[in-house]
Amino acid sequence: MADEVVKLVKKVDGITREATQEMIDEALVAYPEKGRKKRAPHLAPNDPSACSTCVKSNRKTVPGVMSARGCAYAGAKGVVWGPIRDMAHISHGPVGCGWYSWGTRRNLMSGKNGVTQFAMQMTSDFQEKDIVYGGDKKLATLLTETRELFPLAKGISVLSECPVGLIGDDINSVARKMSAELDLPVVPCSCEGFRGVSQSLGHHISNDTIRDYVIGTREFTEPAGPHDVALIGDYNIGGDVWAAKALLAEIGLNVKATWTGDGELDRIAATHQVKLNLIHCYRSMNYMCRVMEEKYGIPWLEFNFFGPTKIRESLRAIAARFDDQIKENVERVIARRDLEMQKVVDEYRPRLEGKRVMLYVGGLRPRHTVGAYEDLGMVVIGAGYEFAHADDYDRTMPELPDATVIYDDASEHELEHFVQKLKPDLIGSGIKEKYLFQKMGLPFRQMHSWDYSGPYHAYQGFPVFARDVDLAVNSPTWKLVKSPF
Amino acid sequence: MANSLGLKVLPVTTTSPEEEARVAAWIDTQEYREKNFARQALVVNPVHACQPLGAELCAHGFEGTLPFVHGSQGCASYYRSTLSRHFREPAPAVSDAMTEDGAVFGGQANLHEGLENAVALYKPKMLAIFTSCMPEVIGDDLTAFIRNARSKNLVPRDLPTPYANTPSFKGTHVTGYDNMLAAILQTLTEGKKVEGRCTGKLNFIPGFDANTGNYRDYKRIFEAFGIPATVLADISETFDSPNDGTYRLYPGGTSLVEAGDSVNGKATLTVGPHATAKTFAWIKEQYAGKHAALPMPMGIARTDEFLLKLSELFDRPVPDVLKAERGRAVDAMTDAQQYMHGKKFAVYGDPDQLLGYVSFLLEMGAVPWHVLCSRGSKKLEKELQALLDASAYGKGCQIWMNRDLWHLRSLVMTDPVDAVIGDTHGKFLARDARIPLFRFGFPVFDRVNKHRSPIIGYQGAINMLTEICNKFIDLKDDTCEERFFEMMR
Ligand code: SF4
Ligand code: SF4
Repeated sequence: MADEVVKLVKKVDGITREATQEMIDEALVAYPEKGRKKRAPHLAPNDPSACSTCVKSNRKTVPGVMSARGCAYAGAKGVVWGPIRDMAHISHGPVGCGWYSWGTRRNLMSGKNGVTQFAMQMTSDFQEKDIVYGGDKKLATLLTETRELFPLAKGISVLSECPVGLIGDDINSVARKMSAELDLPVVPCSCEGFRGVSQSLGHHISNDTIRDYVIGTREFTEPAGPHDVALIGDYNIGGDVWAAKALLAEIGLNVKATWTGDGELDRIAATHQVKLNLIHCYRSMNYMCRVMEEKYGIPWLEFNFFGPTKIRESLRAIAARFDDQIKENVERVIARRDLEMQKVVDEYRPRLEGKRVMLYVGGLRPRHTVGAYEDLGMVVIGAGYEFAHADDYDRTMPELPDATVIYDDASEHELEHFVQKLKPDLIGSGIKEKYLFQKMGLPFRQMHSWDYSGPYHAYQGFPVFARDVDLAVNSPTWKLVKSPF
Repeated sequence: MANSLGLKVLPVTTTSPEEEARVAAWIDTQEYREKNFARQALVVNPVHACQPLGAELCAHGFEGTLPFVHGSQGCASYYRSTLSRHFREPAPAVSDAMTEDGAVFGGQANLHEGLENAVALYKPKMLAIFTSCMPEVIGDDLTAFIRNARSKNLVPRDLPTPYANTPSFKGTHVTGYDNMLAAILQTLTEGKKVEGRCTGKLNFIPGFDANTGNYRDYKRIFEAFGIPATVLADISETFDSPNDGTYRLYPGGTSLVEAGDSVNGKATLTVGPHATAKTFAWIKEQYAGKHAALPMPMGIARTDEFLLKLSELFDRPVPDVLKAERGRAVDAMTDAQQYMHGKKFAVYGDPDQLLGYVSFLLEMGAVPWHVLCSRGSKKLEKELQALLDASAYGKGCQIWMNRDLWHLRSLVMTDPVDAVIGDTHGKFLARDARIPLFRFGFPVFDRVNKHRSPIIGYQGAINMLTEICNKFIDLKDDTCEERFFEMMR
C-alpha cells in the first residue's frame, strides 16, 4: 500500500519478540511433527515493517486441529449473496447448510419478509434419489415455484452445496434455461463447500458470478451525478449499512448501491455507472472493485468507519476524491461529530484505559477495529484471521504494536494457550470461541455478529461499540466467578 | 452497453409500496395457500436440520468425547455454532477438513492426519466420528479407513473410535442422533456382556433432547425412586456447565465404563421412540434385562405412565415426593386452565416432542389445531391422530406431515390460531399472525435460559402452562381497553 504517512511503531509493555516467540513455541509443542510443521508458519510475533512475510495464510486447514473456519458456501450464502434482500437465495443441495446459515449472520434487511425481502431458508432439500439421479430437474421445478410464490423477487441465486458439484449436476444450463423461461435473472453459483480452503473462495466465486451475471445488466433511470458512489463490502450487520449510508449522505455523497448489505439486485447491477467505489471489507469484495476498475474505469478506495480517528481519516481521504463542496461538508461534519464522539470517549475511556484486547475474526475486522479500541484507550495485543490472505496481513501488521502475537487460522488449542498466557481484558471473536473464554471468566464480545447489538459503523455506531466494550469489560458479573468456598 | 454474457440491459426498477402491499395481502389468502401447498420441489423454512448435527449432540453426551466430523470443515463450524447459540456454551468438535483433492482421492489421508492431531491436541477418551455430505456422496469407506488408522497406530489402542454414517440427504438431525448413539453403544459394549451379570441399573435413553433441564429432572426422578440410572447420552453437564473461571474441554457426559456396562443393565427405557428407533431395535436384541419404549413424559398422563413404568421395572412404589408433585401440577392446571381452555395452537417440532405438546395441550382443554412435522413417518401420523381422536379437544384438528414453516404460515393466516409452539424459527410467522410463539423446541437463539427450564414431568407441565397462561394474561393487559384494565386476572 502506498501509505505516505510514516507510522510510529507501537510498543506494549512486557511484550517482546522473544517472549511472543516462546509462547508460540510452547503452543506448538503439543502437535505431532507434521502438524507442527504446518502450523508454525502461521504464527509469529508482529513485525510492523515486515508485513505479510511474518505469517503464511490462505492455506489448507490442518485436519483435526479445531479450526474456526467455514466453507466456500458460507462465504457465498452468508457473506456475498445472502444479504441481497430482494432476491430469493436457494441453498441447493441437502437441508443442513441453508438451515444453519438461516438468520444467523445478522445482515439486516428492509422490506417485507416473504414479499420484498427474503431472509428465509429456501432449499432443494436433497434426498437420496436426488443424489442418485441428479437434482437438475428438481432445480428447474423449484425455480418455477419460487417465481410463482415470490413474484416480487428480482432474481434468484442458486448456491451449490457440496453434493451438487460431486454428482455432476449442471446448474449453469438449468439457470440459463430457466432464466429465459421465467424472464428473471437466475444466477448459478458453484460455491460448494469443498472448494478452496475457507469462506474466502466463496467470496471470490460469488464476486465472479456477479461479474458474469449481474454487473452491467441494469442502468439507473435518473441521470448520473458527480457524487454517485457505491458502498461495497458492508453487510449491514446490526444495521451497519444504514449508519454508513447516513454518514455518506451527510457529507453530500449519493449512495447508489450497497454491496451487499440490505442490497438491491437492480442497483448492484447498475453499479458500473457510479463514480467511485468505497470498499469497507476488502477481503470479501476487492475482486469486484478490480473488475469495475478494469472494465468500467471506476476507481475504488478502501476506508474504515470504526471509531472517530479512522472515520476522520477516511472521510478526508474520500473527500480528496471529490470537489470542494464535499471537502467542506466533510470538515463541517467532522468538527461537529468530533465533539459528540469526544463525549463518548470521555465517558468510557476512563474505565477502559490501558485494557488489553485480543482479536480473532474473519478477514477484515482484526485490523479495522484496532483504531476504535485505541480511541477508547485500549491496546490490541494479539490478532488473527480465519481466512485472510497475504494482502490482508500487509494491511494489518502496521496497525498493530510490535511483537504482538499474530495467528492465522488459529486452532482452539493455540488460542486457548495464548489467552492463558496473555490474560487479556477483552477477547473479540466468534460464537464458537465466546463461551470457552467466558468460562475462563474473561470478558468477550462476538465480533462477527456484534453479539446481537450494533450498528458499529460510522458515527452512529461508535457510541454503541463503546458501550458494548464497556459493558463486557466492566460487568460486575465477572467478579462473581470466583467463589468464596 | 451489454453485459459480458450478452444479457440484456434493463432500467433499474423499484417495487412500489402499493405493489408490496398488494402481494403482502395476497400471501395471506386462501388462493396463495393452495399455490403454496402445491409446491413439489421447493422447501421454504424447514424445521429440520441435517444428520451430523444430531450426531454431534449425541457425542457431547459421553465423557471425554471429542466429536469428529469426517468431511468439510464448514459443516463442522455450522454444527458447533448452532449448538453454541442454543445452549450459550462451548461446543468443541473437530473436522478433518476435506477439500477438493479429498473429493478426488477420497478422505482417508485427511481422516488419518486429523485423528493424529485431534488425539495429540485434545486428548479425548473417545472420538465419535460421523460424516458430512461429501464423503457420503463420494462413498468413503469409513470402516476400512479406521481399520487402516488402527493398523498404522495413529490412535491409541484403547481409544474407542465409534463411527456413524450420517448422510444429510436421508432423515434429519434426529436420525443422526440415533445413528451416532447406536454406533457409540455398539463400540462401548463390545465384549462387555457378561452372562448372569446385572448392574441393577436403569439405562435411560432420552433421544435428541436439547433441554438440559429435562435431563436434570429425569435424574431427580430416578433419585426420588432410588433407581440407579445410566443416561445414554447425558448432555446436561456438557451444555450447562458451571462458570468457575476454568474452561473444561470435557465438562461432563456419561462415563464410558458405565455406558459399556449398560449392556448388562436391569432395564433399558427410551422416551424417544421416534428419535431412537434404530438404537432401541439393536438394544432389544443385545441388552440384558427388560426393554421399554414410552412416549416422552410431557403432561400428566404421559408422566404417570412414565412413573408407573419405572415402578414396574424396578418394583418400587412411586415415591411420595412425586405423588405430591403430581398433585401440585394438577392443582396448577386446574387453577390456570381457564386461561388456556379452548385456545387454538399451531404446534411443530421433532416427532417425540410433538406428541408431547399435543398430549399436554389436550389435557389443558386447549386445541392443537395445526400439528406440523417437517419430516415424519406414517407411524407418527397415526399416533398423533389417535391422540386427537381420543379427546373432544382434538376434534377438527389437522395434521400436516412433511410440510415446512412457509406452509404453516399459510395455515395460520387462513385458518387462525391463538399461539404457536415451536422453536425460534417460527418467530416470523408468529409475528405476521400477531400471536405469541412459545419456544419449547430446538433451537432457541433469541431467548435466554430456555434450555434450563424442563418441559418433561410434572414440573415441566407446570413450567409450560405458567409460561403460556402468563403470556396470554400479559397480552390482555397490554392490549385491552383502559376501562377493562383491572387489578385481577
Ligand atoms: S454440506 Fe451436508 S453435512 Fe454439511 S451442513 Fe450441508 S447438508 Fe449438512
Ligand atoms: S468483516 Fe470479516 S467476517 Fe465479516 S464479511 Fe468481512 S471478512 Fe467476513
